[in-house]
Amino acid sequence: MRFDDWMLALHVLSAFSLVAGIVLFWVLIFVGWRTDTPEGTLVLNPVAKVGSATVGIGMVGTVVFGLWLAFSIGNYNIWDAWIVIALVLWFLGGALGRKTGEAYLEGPKKAQELREAGQNGPNAELLALNRTSRGLLLQTLTSLVVLLILVDMIWKPWA
Amino acid sequence: MGLSMLAAMRPDSWNFPLLVHVFGAMVLVGGLLTATSALAFAKGDVRLLRLGYWSLLAVSLPGYVVMRIGAQWVASKGWDKVDPAPTWLDIGYIVADAGALLMLIALVVGGIGMRRLRQGKGQGLLKAALVIAIVILAAALVAVWAMAGKPN
Repeated sequence: MRFDDWMLALHVLSAFSLVAGIVLFWVLIFVGWRTDTPEGTLVLNPVAKVGSATVGIGMVGTVVFGLWLAFSIGNYNIWDAWIVIALVLWFLGGALGRKTGEAYLEGPKKAQELREAGQNGPNAELLALNRTSRGLLLQTLTSLVVLLILVDMIWKPWA
Repeated sequence: MGLSMLAAMRPDSWNFPLLVHVFGAMVLVGGLLTATSALAFAKGDVRLLRLGYWSLLAVSLPGYVVMRIGAQWVASKGWDKVDPAPTWLDIGYIVADAGALLMLIALVVGGIGMRRLRQGKGQGLLKAALVIAIVILAAALVAVWAMAGKPN
């Protein structure tokens, strides 16, 4: 394998890391939808941290190895339309992902407060935070943007 | 023209089957990541044990099916007639077939564990499912590396 083949493999592995993290968060959103207790909410924290780590690795890896490939491979140029589209979508996805994370952190924060106050039973406000419609919308938009990046990478429009 | 170059310069008609294949594989890996994380962090917590098993059953398994349908669809475009098959394609098939068998074993073992959870037992079986899921995840990542980097 040439060095560029390794870079491409690492670029694709990073993309898998990113999407795997997004899938993990979809599962947590589904579980959180029915969770109204502080303990039930906080027990998901370690799994969410794995998701954050894989999304972080995926975001950094895709752009670093992707830029390397854009400069290294003779047939590709950084100003190629499909690469510019991917970079714009990457920034948009990153911004949406950050907002999604902020929206879904409200539930665990509330759960921590409730636990510290000794209120361990079901709580309607906590359930509402776990079911945040803003977070759900942002997660859907983030996923759509990542799907568009995947489509862009495969079809390579105007290449 | 090398096979790697052929794979890189594919006709447009391969794009959608390839998207189906890659999307399914990504969901499969995501489900495996969720399942292994939940089962590894469970430490006896029934909620996380259930989350881990259901991620394997309801996310990884459908992801695997979609990945495999996409793979056969792409193969039907001519890759199934390439003889001898390139190493990266062999790796993909071996991991997919062995992975299917291992996933079936993990689902059965984990399923029995889930039933026994009601009697306060079954954690050992779910740990076994965790170990198998980690093996499948590692093999899947090797397959992704092989499919993308195309050794030989």
